[in-house]
Amino acid sequence: MTEQIDEGLRSELQKQGIWVTSMQELYNWGRQNSIWPLQFGLACCAIEMIATAASRYDIARFGGEIFRPSPRQADLMIVAGTVTKKMAPQIVRLYNQMPDPKYVISMGACAISGGPFKQGYNVLKGIDRYIPVDVYIPGCPPRPEALLHAFMELQRKIDSQKLTGKAKAEHLDAAQPSEFPVPAFGAHDLEPPANPNVFHPPKIERHS
Amino acid sequence: MAPNPYVFIVIFVGVALVFPLIPLALAWLWRRFFQPPKPGAEKNATYECGVESIGDAQIQFRSQYYLYAIIFLIFDVEAIFLVPFAVAFTGLPVGAFIAILIFLFLLIEGLIWAWGKGCLQWER
Repeated sequence: MTEQIDEGLRSELQKQGIWVTSMQELYNWGRQNSIWPLQFGLACCAIEMIATAASRYDIARFGGEIFRPSPRQADLMIVAGTVTKKMAPQIVRLYNQMPDPKYVISMGACAISGGPFKQGYNVLKGIDRYIPVDVYIPGCPPRPEALLHAFMELQRKIDSQKLTGKAKAEHLDAAQPSEFPVPAFGAHDLEPPANPNVFHPPKIERHS
Repeated sequence: MAPNPYVFIVIFVGVALVFPLIPLALAWLWRRFFQPPKPGAEKNATYECGVESIGDAQIQFRSQYYLYAIIFLIFDVEAIFLVPFAVAFTGLPVGAFIAILIFLFLLIEGLIWAWGKGCLQWER
């Protein structure tokens, strides 16, 4: 399975009408072209997400298919908009209720870092504090083309995931968690303010 | 020799059994060899809206709601019977007219009773 097919032999066979593939490629090909996003919007980015799903941009052409109103039937969570601290536990809970394999697109400046509302006392400074994010889209809000680009990036990621070996996908690894702790409302902030197992902010290096 | 006509039904039942069983078996094999199951308290929760459910679903309604049932009967069900009565009014015999008057009287009596009991008060 991990053995690579010789590309020359493969294209020769393809010319003769014989298609050779591996189980991993077949599995990933099926998954990447049938992603069901969770029908879930938070703020103005959700309007762009709706536009992406509607006829003009039509995410179904890329395999985005139908938006599911239930986390049980969804593969992809598009965090579209400002995440308030009141909404964050619900988002984490929805993510926990999604079956594996599951992916997250953090759409727009707010979902990445809090965006223009970062200084607000009630705004979460990025959803990646609690759940692992696969693709980030900058923009305020990002245009539908940007969401389609992020979607294709996610498809590329799914395509490159391994079935076996050390670097196999998280959902195939029994040691990797599928649920993440839901933050609770504290006196001043969510508790904990970030999940240290998930949140890895870039280190700031100062050169004097 | 012509086959028994019921053979096709047997074939059909066989296909109907095998057709869903093959994907289920493949999914089971996939889970067995590749994808470890990861159940959890929230993943197995009954409700899936992101909000935790509170309390018990086995609650009881107060029997005092019968008043609403009576008022619904007076104002809604009565209208349903009055419309065909009004349409066929000119062609009705005297007996039918008296019958609908008795029906109306019974409901109006209920309305007067509900009014006297104070059910029509908005704020209580």
